[in-house]
Amino acid sequence: MNYAATVQGRNFNFRNLKTLMAKASPRRAADELAGLAADSEVERAIAQRVLAEVPLKAFIEEPLIAPEHDEVSRLILERHDAAAFAPVAALTVGEFRDWLLADSSDLSALAAGLAPEMAAAVSKIMRNQDLIAVARRCRVVTRFRDTIGLPGRLSTRLQPNHPTDDPRGIAASILDGLLYGSGDAVIGINPATDNLDNVLILLNQLDEIISRHEIPTQSCVLSHVTTSMELMRRGAPVDLVFQSIAGTEAANRSFGIDLALLREAKAMAESLGRGGNHLMYFETGQGSALSANAHYGVDAQTCEARAYAVAREFSPLLVNTVVGFIGPEYLYDGKQIIRAGLEDHFCGKLLGLPMGCDICYTNHAEADQNDMDNLLTLLGVAGCNYIMGIPGADDIMLAYQSTSFHDALYLRQVLGLRPAPEFEAWLDRMGIFDGRNSLSDSRIAAPLLSHFSGFAGIQA
Amino acid sequence: MNDPWHPLRRFTQARIAQGRSGCGLPTSALLDFQIAHAAARDAVHQPWSIDRFAKGVEALGLEALSLSTPVASRVHYLQRPDQGRCLDEASRRLLKSRAVEAIDVALIISNGLSSTAVDCHGLALLEAIIDTYQRNSLRLGPICLAANGRVALSDEIGALLNARLAVIIVGERPGLSAADSLGIYLTYAPRIGNTDAERNCISNIRPPDGLSYQAAAAKLAYLTHEALRRGLSGVQLKDDMPKWLLELDDSTPESKSIISTAFLR
Repeated sequence: MNYAATVQGRNFNFRNLKTLMAKASPRRAADELAGLAADSEVERAIAQRVLAEVPLKAFIEEPLIAPEHDEVSRLILERHDAAAFAPVAALTVGEFRDWLLADSSDLSALAAGLAPEMAAAVSKIMRNQDLIAVARRCRVVTRFRDTIGLPGRLSTRLQPNHPTDDPRGIAASILDGLLYGSGDAVIGINPATDNLDNVLILLNQLDEIISRHEIPTQSCVLSHVTTSMELMRRGAPVDLVFQSIAGTEAANRSFGIDLALLREAKAMAESLGRGGNHLMYFETGQGSALSANAHYGVDAQTCEARAYAVAREFSPLLVNTVVGFIGPEYLYDGKQIIRAGLEDHFCGKLLGLPMGCDICYTNHAEADQNDMDNLLTLLGVAGCNYIMGIPGADDIMLAYQSTSFHDALYLRQVLGLRPAPEFEAWLDRMGIFDGRNSLSDSRIAAPLLSHFSGFAGIQA
Repeated sequence: MNDPWHPLRRFTQARIAQGRSGCGLPTSALLDFQIAHAAARDAVHQPWSIDRFAKGVEALGLEALSLSTPVASRVHYLQRPDQGRCLDEASRRLLKSRAVEAIDVALIISNGLSSTAVDCHGLALLEAIIDTYQRNSLRLGPICLAANGRVALSDEIGALLNARLAVIIVGERPGLSAADSLGIYLTYAPRIGNTDAERNCISNIRPPDGLSYQAAAAKLAYLTHEALRRGLSGVQLKDDMPKWLLELDDSTPESKSIISTAFLR
């Protein structure tokens, strides 16, 4: 099918649907690097107009990546639920935007009827406020030891990374985070090395802290899925199985995974019986398919939305778009990072995922902590399930900046958001919070602190 | 408001126990962060004075050869990593005109993502490397200097110099705690199109807090010897690393990041 428009005497032709999608994408470095971006602002605006006239069902009839070459495309088509799609089946992309904005009901039933490309397409013609307003109506609630994603709640992943995985250094950061009210989504460590023995030490440490202090949260060491599987075979206390995922089979292969491997991993986690059905933790980010040279000419944001089709196959507890980590050749500045964060949160939520966001940047991007404040506040309004909590927003292992324990307190204060209910009750019980969703002045006497020597086997 | 668990900072460089002003950071902690970020930004954006560095190389009694990539500015460099991976036409011609005799190692230095790092540590590290290489009687070409290069630039330079091995010293992406860290990447049989899985990396070279020049040079000498002996580099080389070498530095904070396969692009 040909996509074309004539505007003010100029002809614009878009060879196919994926070209149209790429040209219609709000400007970002990744698409420019890949040679997919619009050549001018006018071409971008025209592409958006042409895209608005494309029927949603075109994304089923004209897959952007051929299913015979890509198992993610096959998954998308196999899982497409025609009954759930029915309310919007006759709409174009533009009409779908109007429908989303006009409707005020719960959108959760729609998720199974949407292909990720439909969510990506409509996001491309939505303003930031549209992305916020619609995402806010998509509540995705998941549960392990606490309940994440309820209205009026904001959770955090406590990320206590250390450059050499030193258990005392990690324990010190965990204690700091807990005393600032962080950690209800997960206490999740990026290990410095993926070595089995090392990961096992960290898993045992987290398990002991959580069980000794009866913290209503879950742990994760973000090692490769095969490492987690081997450790589960050895009986290690694995709460959540982590994996980075992408939106094409080839990009996933570059991560050393495929759908079958993820199915096997989830089945193993289920057999441990540590939680319910929400046992997976996935991370994604625009640009990963391009970085793996596995994007098939599909723009970075659409590839990202396709990764959500992979994620939802496994009913994860948490999905995290790591939005500015990959660098300025993918998202150049604060403006691009903010836009991408809102798009990812919107697309993920619309597709039924428990979206969180690692609101972050590297030092070679044109961004700073003020940009993080902006995206943080916008995502708080949009109803993001969780953000990162890192001491001082400075990850000393991964060498990038994200959001801090303080940032989460700020967001909860200005928007009246509370931690997950079970975790909030624990914070009150431990004297960390004052019963009114604020840090308690008496938290310096919190049993957690006085017991720190027992917290990780060290002297405070 | 001071946090009484401040003494735990001896266990980690993380910004713990910062205290608070309401929900926000106390002013001093906020300004400390800004200074660290400013240093990192400057390290990324300051241009590298290649002529001054070349004089330093010549003062060591070595030949310095100044090369260029097609990158026009630091902003261009950040947005187009592909342009940092190749030489411009003039540099290509220059290398073609002089490479006849095969050499063992092509040594390349670029500011990469931190001009601060090469200016702080580049010459001293080079001196330590040359010292170990000369003791091992390796045949070296000129010391190639190229501003705004990426790791894979060493593929083209190594190939044009007819080198068995390409070694590039490059400024690493600055973090808040370290804006002056150097990395070394080693590739056997350098050819355009080599992948990162075919490289070995020594990172966090930044005395006194990171790896010392001598330790980095010793590790490079080991990797060089093994790569030339076995005819490979990358993942397979890492797998065969003797345990004693890895354990050597277990007492130092950077031990786990010293030798890893590179996945930098």
